[in-house]
Amino acid sequence: MTTKLFGERVQRREDLRLITGQGRYVDDLGRDALAAAFVRSPHAHARIRDIDVSAAVDVDGLVAIYTWEDLPERVRDPLPLLIPHPALTHGRTAYPLARDIVRHVGEPVVMVVARDRYLAEDAAALIEVDYEFLKPVVGIEEAAQGAHLVHEDVPGNLGAHLVQEVPSASGAGAREAIEAAPHTLAFRLDFERSASMPLEGRGVYARWDPDDRSLRVYSSTQTSTSVRMAVAAKLGLPLPSVEVIAPDVGGGFGVKIVHPWPEEVLVPWAAMLLGREVKWTEDRREHFISSAHERGQVQHVRVGFDGEGRILGLDVTILHDHGAYTPYGIIVPIITATQLLGPYRIGAYRVEFSSIYTNTVQVTPYRGAGRPQGVFCMERTMDRIAAHLGLDRADVRAANFIQPGDFPYDQGLIFQDGRPLIYDSGDYPESLRMIKELIGWDGFAALKAEAAAEGRTIGIGLGCYVEGTGVGPYEGGHVQVTSDGRVHVSTGLTSQGQGHETVFAQIAATELGVPLDRVSVVTGDTRRFGYAVGTFASRAAVMSGNAIALACRKVRDKALRIAAEALEADPRDLEIEDGMVRVAGNPGASIALATVAVLSNPLRYAFDEEAKRATQFSGAASMDRPPVAEGEEPGLEGRDYYSPVRSTFASGMHAAIVETDPDTAEIKILRYAVVHDCGRLINPMIVEGQIHGGVAQGVGGALYERMVYDAHGQLLNASFMDFLMPYATEVPFIETAHLETPSPLNPLGIKGAGEAGVIPVSAVIAAAIEDAEGITIDRMPISPSELHELRGRATS
Amino acid sequence: MKPSAFDYHAPRTLGETLEVLAGAGPHGKVLAGGQSLIPLLNMRLAAPSHLVDINRVTSLDTIAVRDGGVRVGALARHAAVERSAAVARAQPLLGAALRLVAHPVIRNRGTVVGSLVHADPSAELPAVLTVLDGSVRLARHGGGERDVPAGEFFTGPLESATEPGELAVSAFFPALPARAGSAFCEVARRHGDYAMAGAAAVVVLDEDLRIASARVACVSAGPVPVLLDMSEVCAHRPAASDDWDAVARAVRDLIDPEGDIHATAGYRRHLTGVLAARALRIAAQEATEDRDDATGGPR
Ligand SMILES: Cc1cc2nc3c(=O)[nH]c(=O)nc-3n(C[C@H](O)[C@H](O)[C@H](O)COP(=O)(O)OP(=O)(O)OC[C@H]3O[C@@H](n4cnc5c(N)ncnc54)[C@H](O)[C@@H]3O)c2cc1C
Repeated sequence: MTTKLFGERVQRREDLRLITGQGRYVDDLGRDALAAAFVRSPHAHARIRDIDVSAAVDVDGLVAIYTWEDLPERVRDPLPLLIPHPALTHGRTAYPLARDIVRHVGEPVVMVVARDRYLAEDAAALIEVDYEFLKPVVGIEEAAQGAHLVHEDVPGNLGAHLVQEVPSASGAGAREAIEAAPHTLAFRLDFERSASMPLEGRGVYARWDPDDRSLRVYSSTQTSTSVRMAVAAKLGLPLPSVEVIAPDVGGGFGVKIVHPWPEEVLVPWAAMLLGREVKWTEDRREHFISSAHERGQVQHVRVGFDGEGRILGLDVTILHDHGAYTPYGIIVPIITATQLLGPYRIGAYRVEFSSIYTNTVQVTPYRGAGRPQGVFCMERTMDRIAAHLGLDRADVRAANFIQPGDFPYDQGLIFQDGRPLIYDSGDYPESLRMIKELIGWDGFAALKAEAAAEGRTIGIGLGCYVEGTGVGPYEGGHVQVTSDGRVHVSTGLTSQGQGHETVFAQIAATELGVPLDRVSVVTGDTRRFGYAVGTFASRAAVMSGNAIALACRKVRDKALRIAAEALEADPRDLEIEDGMVRVAGNPGASIALATVAVLSNPLRYAFDEEAKRATQFSGAASMDRPPVAEGEEPGLEGRDYYSPVRSTFASGMHAAIVETDPDTAEIKILRYAVVHDCGRLINPMIVEGQIHGGVAQGVGGALYERMVYDAHGQLLNASFMDFLMPYATEVPFIETAHLETPSPLNPLGIKGAGEAGVIPVSAVIAAAIEDAEGITIDRMPISPSELHELRGRATS
Repeated sequence: MKPSAFDYHAPRTLGETLEVLAGAGPHGKVLAGGQSLIPLLNMRLAAPSHLVDINRVTSLDTIAVRDGGVRVGALARHAAVERSAAVARAQPLLGAALRLVAHPVIRNRGTVVGSLVHADPSAELPAVLTVLDGSVRLARHGGGERDVPAGEFFTGPLESATEPGELAVSAFFPALPARAGSAFCEVARRHGDYAMAGAAAVVVLDEDLRIASARVACVSAGPVPVLLDMSEVCAHRPAASDDWDAVARAVRDLIDPEGDIHATAGYRRHLTGVLAARALRIAAQEATEDRDDATGGPR
């Protein structure tokens, strides 16, 4: 069948455009727009005494300079706290331009608008801000002591504190269970900061139309619908007068789900005020110091277990570095705390986190969103248990697995969507069998001995994770078949290069029985679809994919109804293939979907040849009914929404073999294997691409990337020279195998795949290095320099 | 990340270039491949008021093997020097080092002479010039030319003997003598990055195939390339039997590198020892093989 496209390795339709320079990113638009630039704080913590713009006003081409004082009501208010939570007792967000106090290097203080970006930067460089230094608060543990405060009214720098506890089957608390356990271990783990670091930074371009008093905003965002609502509210505009479009977006990875950014409010505001087009394109340094980071945590673990390594009690205390502000609430530490449990059935669990303010860039989700830290904690724990008992590391994991018969499995916790953490499906023992086979787990001891005989040091590591994907509340899809037979699909969530144009088209083509090239897909454009949540939490395929499928089914039903009438057949006998509606088993009786679209819209005017068939004297319509029957609407189109009761849980296991150089301490990944289960695969090639990208970012987090803050709160490596994202040369070949346990929660049986690849990489690499070196690895990332120091400590 | 305003000059001849440079004096900067200068301009770490683009001065685009060495003109790109068979025959260390400089796209633009004038102590080519005792030829308007030996050319991190108004017109890398071998070893965080540590080594054997001279220039080990003469440590032993661990220890004792966010001082010291010894060992091996497959005589 030509139209059965769901599950096929269809090549990405967006790639030709994107890789031949035909993509349209925000900075490609509005060539004549005025340019904005920002004066940003050079200090981590300071009080603004005075802002002197006098030297800047003479710059030729300067249009405007704004400080907080200049901002009108609402625009000048602190930015919204997007996800309130009862445990976030001291949530704080920034002003769009600093008011009195700056709390991290990079915080915007003054906005400059000029004829072009060069001149805007010239003017910005001439603005003098007089600062009174305040004590910078840097480092999670120092901040947690609370000797100096980031926000005067937040004692102990404690933004949020949350405890979740799941007692054992016999009712024992985790601490009690640990005391009673035959074996216990206690240790500390550290995980450093990294960041989403999309190759395209943020960007906003706003056009105010003074004639019809409307605003169009292009933003490099992961949620155009919510930016639209935020901008309309801030600027006091009626919602229908504001449109927000996410054009091609060069990566998001989480940072662009945060909104509205200061610039997303200020650029449209300035455009409206000046009656001119205004654009701001973030540069790399700005991205480093004024967007968002993630990952930084310190974890204290206590675990009690039996002789087979089964965990009887687990008690984890997490210090989470939240940076200077909490616009995205405490989603990251909540995910760490809940997803830490992975594929395991734990006796009793207690988790406590404290979310701490520091004078550093704010922390919001980055691909994986707290999971890499949680998985690091759990998988390091599994390895420690195995080492303690002298057991095989895979066997210890297997002893703790939730079994295939246990689903749905309730972990007894509350997840990031405020709903119970209930796993819908999975097969962890099979996953483990597959990964062991793929990497050659059982034969590794011999390989290691062989290498040792040649003077080489190699090691193997394993890591498992479960990822809650496709969180609610909902997404929608709209599908329209036009009279030329083309299918126009739109959904409100945005794309950052994932391949939505391809997979959503595959879904629509399969559901409607049309060739792929008849289907076009638009995402993230509020002119086409106004209701949406956004692209994050590995949710696009699950949420919009299902919504589009449901909308297609409505369209299909309607098409069959109309075709049945035209063909004088029973709709139940009809099928659609290759864009033709046919009576099954009677190839002669058919009608093109295009014609059905014509007939679906009763016309008075024959604007073209085809349209004649739907006009009043064509004899097509029944005379006993109104042309648009009750309950019907003109047109062959449908809209539907998908809103799940809760998330669906994907899972996977990774394994790696690394080699460490005995002389130079260089660390090389020799092999990297992934077993991945995201339910039914819409397009295995795209899923593999997502895995590859995720693993690449995971390798970055494990071996290369960190945010190096000094004691003054200066970010020492705020450029691609010193913040080391892995190149293609650092990313190993990735061997992949798929397992498909469909989700029972949604019509397509799918689970999310976007973030998975990154999640267990640090845990896996740490385990492999530990195995190679025989040195405990309890903090990531790790560099050759650090491995060298660890070796020194181990031998001294 | 936009540069501040500057006057842009695009001369077509050497004479014109020197004239413009003389006029600009301390406010002028030469733009060669731009792979180092453009980022500095964009970050406003450099703000010259005159930018003198030499990319149209085609007379500077030369690579010549003569007078016992390789003379590289100011417009010769890394990639061209790297691919030149004549260069590889005369001085294989250049190609070996260039393959470790950045990535192909950057080598297509970046120039050898620009790299020397830029004088980054982590860069490969300054170490090569140093270990080979090469020189840089500087010219100024109305002032003729002067050759500055490598030992005097690098004066500090990102500082060279090139004075305001001067243009580096070429660099000279002496050829490898007979019974000699060379090697470049480095460890960078990622492929193509500036190295955390590295060493350019040249070993010359005597007629009995014992090490007569062993020199190594280390990158990222000090403010300028650090030249170490290891001839004493390796002296008069056959290449194959040398105690390379002792060489590594000797190197570590002689250097005093600094730590940074990528490598502690201790690691850098350790690594430099490893790499210097490794480079010397490979160079000694090459020298031996060179003796095996040739009959002496300059290559
Ligand atoms: C991502 C990246 C990675 C890199 N990695 C490495 C690496 O691993 N190793 C390495 O060695 N280099 C590396 N480089 C730098 C690269 O090799 C540069 O090309 C080189 O350092 C400078 O050469 P250029 O021709 O680009 O000089 P430009 O950038 O044009 O100029 C550099 C400086 O030299 C001056 N200058 C240039 N030519 C002359 C001249 N003829 N006379 C007087 N002054 C002159 C300029 O005024 C300027 O001050 C890297 C660059 C990038 C962008």
